[in-house]
Parts: sequence; C-alpha cells; structure tokens
Amino acid sequence: MLLIHCPYCNETLPELEFAYAGEAHIARPQNPSEVSDEDWAEFLFMRANVKGLHYERWRHLHGCGRFFNAVRDTVSDKFVTTYPAGAPRPALDSLLETSAEGGK
Amino acid sequence: MNALTSQSDFLAETAAVRIAMAAPRSRFSLRLRENLAPFEAALGLSLGGPLGSRASAGERETLRLGPDEWMLHTSLADAGAVEAALSALYATQPHSLVNVSAREVSFVIDGPRAAELLTLGCPRDIAKIAPGSGRRTVFDGVTVILWRDAPDAFRIDCWNSFAPHILDLLKTGARELAAEAP
Repeated sequence: MLLIHCPYCNETLPELEFAYAGEAHIARPQNPSEVSDEDWAEFLFMRANVKGLHYERWRHLHGCGRFFNAVRDTVSDKFVTTYPAGAPRPALDSLLETSAEGGK
Repeated sequence: MNALTSQSDFLAETAAVRIAMAAPRSRFSLRLRENLAPFEAALGLSLGGPLGSRASAGERETLRLGPDEWMLHTSLADAGAVEAALSALYATQPHSLVNVSAREVSFVIDGPRAAELLTLGCPRDIAKIAPGSGRRTVFDGVTVILWRDAPDAFRIDCWNSFAPHILDLLKTGARELAAEAP
C-alpha cells in the first residue's frame, strides 16, 4: 500500500484514505465561451501522461477532505513530495536531488 | 460508561472489548475560515490547534476535522443555545453551522483490546492517535469520526445507514479477539 503525506494533516497515511484526482496544474480557461473548440478539447481531454515524475492531484477524502498536489514517479509509484493546492509547482531539479538522497 | 450510553446493556461484551450505542447527542458541522477568536468566544472553547485536536467546555465538545471544518457535539438541551450564539455572529462572520444530529450515531468501544479491534477496519496506525484527540478516517470503506477518549476507550461516529454494517463488523471482531488464545 502507498503511504501518502497529507500536507494539511502533516501525517503520512495509508492510501485508502485518499482519492486520486487527475493531473495537477491544469487551469480552467477564464472565459470558456471565448475558447476555440480545439483549445477546449485540449483543456478537457489532453493530459501529459508522463513516464517519470508526474504532478498530480489527490484528495484526503476520508480525513481532512482537502485537495493537494503531489509529485509521483509513475514508474516506481514512489511519492517524491506533496504540497498544498495553490502552491507553485516545485522544480524538478531540486526534487530529483532530494529524491536521490532518500527523499521524504 | 453509563454517562455516555443510553442503556446499561452492551451490544457486544467480551473479555476483549465492550461495544455500546452512545446516548443521543446534538451534532453540528461547523465550517469557517480564519479569525477563530469570535467563534471561540461565542462557544466558550478553543477551536485552534493541529487537525485532530479536541476541546471541551461543559457539555460542548469539538474536534478539528480539517483546516476549516469542526465537528461540535453537545447535549440535546444545549443545541438551541449553540445555534443562537452563532447566528448572532452570522452578519459579521460568515460561516456555516449545520445541525447533523439526525445523520449520525456513535458507538462507544472500550476494553483492553479496543485499539486492536479498530485495526480490523481502519488502515491507520491507531497508536498514533493520541488519547484525547480524534480523527476523521475510514473504517471498512465507510468514513467515520474516531474519538480516542482514553488509551483503551474510543467513540466511533458513522452515518446512520452504515451503522448496521459497522456494528456487525465490530461484533464479529469482538468475538474473534475474545476467542484468541491469550
């Protein structure tokens, strides 16, 4: 079972308390009616689907109820870091260094 | 125990644990942002602290569930006073106070192996929930609120519709723990 650190509860807890909520840092267009069909389709359906470090959203569903963001390696399933929703995307370089040192 | 429960007979009683239905309480879900001071003054107890911390004053008891969410328990007679105290604040301090008394029931679990019984359905490390605190967590797929009153005494709040399922699992677990060789 994955152990996930909730940045709001500040505890590392079993995956069963959490729900996955898709890729992070995807902003909904401010004026959807002004967006072309192509751009709207891009926003709705197109995702990075990376192999490696992936920025994604999780929700502490059976807990504090908050959404937060995480960086997870899609190959090893290892969580590199988690951070509150709304916080800027952490830089990959610094993440990889801390990950090489053993990570969180 | 008798202060918390409506009847003296237990739903399950073994050498390992005892399970009883808690007496009816008024339950409120309180949501608010920032500026806790006016609410603490109105309710007469502290709302701050890390998630999972509890505070109590007289009949009133709160548990911080999230950064902006609390569960407030009080006696049936005190419910009107809580609603009146917070409605006076409503114009200046926007918040949400919802009476959810009809939504949930509580089971009281105590006994030497109460914490072990909870591991049956809860993936969390129960030992990390300090006595005198509480958490919202999951129990066999159901969202529950766990109050740890003492090292071997818990209350578990769950929605009415899930209560038979939770109770059946707790009863089975209580019998199993008692049947194990010491």
